[in-house]
Amino acid sequence: MSAAGPAAADPAWLRWTAVTLALLLAVVIFLLPLAAVFTEALRRGWEPALAAIQEEDARAAVRLTLLVAAISVPVNAMGGVAAAWAVTKFDFPGRRLLITLIELPFSVSPVISGLVYVLLFGAQGYLGPWLQEHDIEIIFAVPGLVLATVFVTFPFVARTLIPLMQEQGRDEEEAAATLGAGGWDIFRRVTLPNVKWALLSGVLLCNARAMGEFGAVSVVSGHIRGQTNTMPLHVEILYNEYMFVGAFAVASLLALLGLLTLLAKALLEILAGRRMGDAA
Amino acid sequence: MTVDVENLARRFGGTAALDGVSLALEPGEFVALLGPSGSGKTTLLRVLAGLDFPDEGRVRIAGRDMAGVPARERGVGVVFQNYALFRHMSVAENVAFGLRVRPRNRRPPEAEIQRRVRELLELVQIPELAARYPDQVSGGQRQRVALARALAIEPQLLLLDEPFGALDALVRKEVRRWVRGLHDRLGLTSILVTHDQEEAMEMADRVAVMEAGRIVQLDTPDALLQTPATAFVAGFMGEATRLPLCIRGRVARLSEFGLDDVELDLPDGEAVLFLRPHEVRIEPSAAGRALVRSVRPEGTGGTRILADVDGHRIEGICAVALARGDACRIRAVSGTFFHGDGTSRRWSAGPGAPAPLDSSRTPSASPAG
Repeated sequence: MSAAGPAAADPAWLRWTAVTLALLLAVVIFLLPLAAVFTEALRRGWEPALAAIQEEDARAAVRLTLLVAAISVPVNAMGGVAAAWAVTKFDFPGRRLLITLIELPFSVSPVISGLVYVLLFGAQGYLGPWLQEHDIEIIFAVPGLVLATVFVTFPFVARTLIPLMQEQGRDEEEAAATLGAGGWDIFRRVTLPNVKWALLSGVLLCNARAMGEFGAVSVVSGHIRGQTNTMPLHVEILYNEYMFVGAFAVASLLALLGLLTLLAKALLEILAGRRMGDAA
Repeated sequence: MTVDVENLARRFGGTAALDGVSLALEPGEFVALLGPSGSGKTTLLRVLAGLDFPDEGRVRIAGRDMAGVPARERGVGVVFQNYALFRHMSVAENVAFGLRVRPRNRRPPEAEIQRRVRELLELVQIPELAARYPDQVSGGQRQRVALARALAIEPQLLLLDEPFGALDALVRKEVRRWVRGLHDRLGLTSILVTHDQEEAMEMADRVAVMEAGRIVQLDTPDALLQTPATAFVAGFMGEATRLPLCIRGRVARLSEFGLDDVELDLPDGEAVLFLRPHEVRIEPSAAGRALVRSVRPEGTGGTRILADVDGHRIEGICAVALARGDACRIRAVSGTFFHGDGTSRRWSAGPGAPAPLDSSRTPSASPAG
């Protein structure tokens, strides 16, 4: 702080109050609840907690959560890259509209997005009868869960990429074109390498959210134990049935998965920073 | 390689960036597009490169119609204003790019690519920077990388978009000469976009002066200075004093500026007289109406003097030493009149008047330029 110029030199008491307040908030809002989850899970020791995780329905929920994330994250990574590429490297009518649409999932409640899918694909929905005729299950089945998750987590990748790609402009792409590169070569050799760290960071955020999504998934899931229950839904069921240790044990596992993702993201940022530092 | 541009038009929204531009280049020629910002010169370059497409008109490069031919198939080398180097690639990878993206059947083997990259880096005199990244080299070096990268695809036509703008004045002068030398040595046909008349005059065989999406004059640097087609060109090329005046009864009234009236065959009306500094003599005279405002030694015996006549500033040459504040007299030896109706007249004082001193063509350039 001593390096900051006079303009940035606030009185010491102000600085310390601000820092203390921020730390206090972080502890109260983020750390305490997280600690509570782990404490509750281990209230009766390791064994009941581990047993709750290894129980058949819990394992099914873990598998389903990982499956849904494994499908939706790549879909959104590709979709996000395509969307960011389109809106930053090309001019077309409706470009602004598309940028706004990309943010829609952030502004609409996940429950509503879930309901929209039920309205579309549910038994009473617009496409319901046709789907039943052809024996296709979407709502209360894995496709519905994936659809809802994809919708809710779509903005993460696109939103991370768009500002960066806007800032980088189109100059390098144009230079590549004059050097004889086709569209795919330009994308693969110029555009993608320029955003790879941001892309990875967006993918990890997207993954964290995909595993933790509750609202939209809850609406389309139908809560069939061992079949359409993801981890967040399973936690809720256990909690509602007063199986607190089990609920908190599964919640701990889910939190761990999220923390792992965040850790990976932090590591990536350090790596990316070091590379940029090297180049400077 | 010939370049043939016919009647190009390009509009962005309501404004015309190009408004009926025609231009023809002979193989081996170096042409500069000179104009203020917004005159359409960069748009013209982008159309030639295939990065933008005209609403009307035709571009032919080496006789081939370029309509619908994308940038990647044109084989035109482009050096961009900010160089647009690939930031995540080393200097060598940047230069190799154009070779690596060739279709498999035309792509040289890796060893050959390496050899070519080395050759090109030597050509642009930065072989030691091969492993560096663009943000690890200086502006002048980046410019050389951009040039090597553009030359890697062996273009016959080279387009340069204000390539010296980011360099400091000293480096710029040297790099200009070096680039022109490269153009001659490699037998390229080149088009340079610039807003710097000195740069255009020094580098180009012919200069196209652009104004509001049109080429107002395309000529050799000498001809542009001697016979500018319009007042705009005269004002843009080199230094000149611009005097607005009225013509009445075949006489241009100049007494307002402390100059003798001039008889000439232009109709009555508003006109503008352009006087190059070397067309104006400034002489010490205790009775003169003019005052010396500033003095600059020319190094060739005379001094360049900015004189002030009732608020009008006129620049000229003086054979003897004068000091700031001295009274002086101003005489025009020759000049160019542009009449409001679009016609122009070259005028010079009759015999007996002192001959115009032939100082440097572009007076702001150093004598070595």
